[in-house]
Amino acid sequence: MARQATDTQSGRIMAETATAQPAGTPDAHGAAAHGAHATSTGLSNVKLGMWLFLGSDCLLFGGLISTYMLYRGRVSNGPTPEQVYDIPFTSVSSFVLLMSSLTMVLAVSAAHKRDDRGTNLWLTITALLGATFVGGQVYEFTAFYNEGLGFTTSLFGSSFYTLTGFHGAHVTVGIIMLLALVAINKRSRVPGSKSETVEMIGLYWHFVDIVWIIIFTLVYLIPV
Amino acid sequence: MTTQPATETHTAVAGGHASAEHASAEHGLSTRGYINIALILAAITALEVSTYYVDFGPLFLPALLIMMAVKFVMVVSYFMHLKFDNKLFSWLFYTGLFLAVGVYAAALATFHFFLR
Repeated sequence: MARQATDTQSGRIMAETATAQPAGTPDAHGAAAHGAHATSTGLSNVKLGMWLFLGSDCLLFGGLISTYMLYRGRVSNGPTPEQVYDIPFTSVSSFVLLMSSLTMVLAVSAAHKRDDRGTNLWLTITALLGATFVGGQVYEFTAFYNEGLGFTTSLFGSSFYTLTGFHGAHVTVGIIMLLALVAINKRSRVPGSKSETVEMIGLYWHFVDIVWIIIFTLVYLIPV
Repeated sequence: MTTQPATETHTAVAGGHASAEHASAEHGLSTRGYINIALILAAITALEVSTYYVDFGPLFLPALLIMMAVKFVMVVSYFMHLKFDNKLFSWLFYTGLFLAVGVYAAALATFHFFLR
C-alpha cells in the first residue's frame, strides 16, 4: 500500500488514510475532504489550480491599475481625485477589509482543527466584514456620483469605477462563497470535511485583500 | 493494494490525524501569531494613512511603496501560508505577479508615464 505524508496545509496528499480506511466511515470522509487522491506532483490539484488562477488574476488587476494610473489626471470638466476622495472614510474601509483577512485565516485554522462551529463563526464574521466593505464602496460611489463624477464624466471616472468596481465584484463573489460554505458546512454531518474548500476560499479572500492593499496606496494615497 | 484489519486501519487514521495536527502547528502560525501579524498590518496601515496628514517630504513616495510591499508580502507569506507551503505554489503566484508588473511597467513606459 502506498503511504504518503499527511500534510494538508502544505498541499500534500492523504493517500494513506484513503486506501486504508473502509468507505462510509467519518474518517474516510474526512480524508477525502483533504484531497485523498494521489497526484503525480504529490500536491493537491485544487490548490495548484487556485494558485494558478490567483497568479493570472494579477494580470487582470495589473491592467486595471495601470489604466487608472495612466488616466487619473484626465478629468475633463469633472471633479479631480483630490476633490472627491474621502481618505478617512476609505481608511476605515481598508482597515475593515484587512481585519477580515485575520478572521478568514482563523476560519482556516479552525477548519484544519475540524472545529466546524469555530469555522462557521469566523466565516460568518468574515462575510459580515466583507459586506461592510462593499457597503462602504456603494456609499462612496453614490457620494462621488452626487459630486458630479459619473462613469462617463471623464477618463479618470471611467478608470476609477472600472478598477474599484471589479474589486468590489470580487469581494461580493467572495461573500457569496463564504455564506454558501457556511450553509454547506451546517448541512454536513462530518466534522472538518470541507477544510480544503475553506482553505481555497481563504486564498481567494486574502488575494482580494492584497489587491486592495495596492489599490489603497496607488489610487487613494498617492496624489496625481 | 491490500485491506488492513480494522484496528490497524484505525491506528493509521489516528496517526493521520495526529500528523495533520502536527502539520498544522508546523506549517502555520498559532492564533496569537495571526493576531500579532494583523496588529502589525494595522499599525502599518495607520502609518500609511498618516502620510496623508503629515508631510514626509521626499520620503513620501518611497515610504508608501515600501509599506505597501511589506503589507503585501506579510499577507501572502503568513495569511496565505506561502512561507510554509510547497515552493511550487510560490512560483505559480509570483510568476503571475512579476509578469504583470513587468508587462504593465513596460506598457506605462511606452506612454512616458514615469517621465511625468
